[in-house]
Amino acid sequence: MKLKEIKEILNAKVLTGEEYLDREVLSAFGSDLMSDVLAFIDDGSVLLTGLTNPQVIRTAEMIDLHAIVFVRGKKPSKEIIEMAKLHNITILLTDYTLYTACGKLYEKGLKGISVEGVIK
Amino acid sequence: MNEKNFIKLEYEILQNDFTRAGEASSNIKKILKQLGIEAKIVRKVAIATYEAEMNIVIHSYGGMIKVIITEQYVDIYAIDKGPGIKDIELAMKEGYSTAPNHIRELGFGAGMGLPNMKRCSDEFNIESIPNEKTEVYMRIYINKI
Repeated sequence: MKLKEIKEILNAKVLTGEEYLDREVLSAFGSDLMSDVLAFIDDGSVLLTGLTNPQVIRTAEMIDLHAIVFVRGKKPSKEIIEMAKLHNITILLTDYTLYTACGKLYEKGLKGISVEGVIK
Repeated sequence: MNEKNFIKLEYEILQNDFTRAGEASSNIKKILKQLGIEAKIVRKVAIATYEAEMNIVIHSYGGMIKVIITEQYVDIYAIDKGPGIKDIELAMKEGYSTAPNHIRELGFGAGMGLPNMKRCSDEFNIESIPNEKTEVYMRIYINKI
């Protein structure tokens, strides 16, 4: 699924990284636990989260994530958006809650990550 | 780089410095990428150093991360002064954490840090003296023999 489809399904606003909306996303992961994100996500995934601090961007940077969706209309600070921009990460903002946002994407065919064999 | 050549990086990590937390790991990642090391290896090192860096920021009184890059492997040392770990076996268990609520609100303290570090490394060792220090050693092979 392309990022621009995710944007449409979630009625999302693009906060940065509009130029990468043609990127293909293979799977999704919804979590506020950054260590779980580090443990399970691979590149090619999109992260949906309600957490809006700099560590979310750092985490995305470490594992080469291309896109983050902030849920429940929680707008990150300007500093965080700048950080994402620097690392070519697309940031989407949706008013849906984490559960609903994940459900809407799943319904349209975007599957969750596979838990086995992500790092080893 | 021949066998005797290596790159040594050292970063001081401050306690409770949440604005800069992750900068050392970000820097290490950038250097590994510039060296042309395979993305999968770079990611393993990035996760290992980032979790180690966050651990030092969250749990210690301050410490350092030292990285040695050779042609064959990347060695990571995360050394801190602090309360140490009383029960290492318990600390290695997924889901076990002593992090307070304000840390959990940052998305950390889920008890996955040390297990993540171990999962990413080919060799892993942790030693701790309660009320003194913790030292973590990790080796990640670039070319697996």
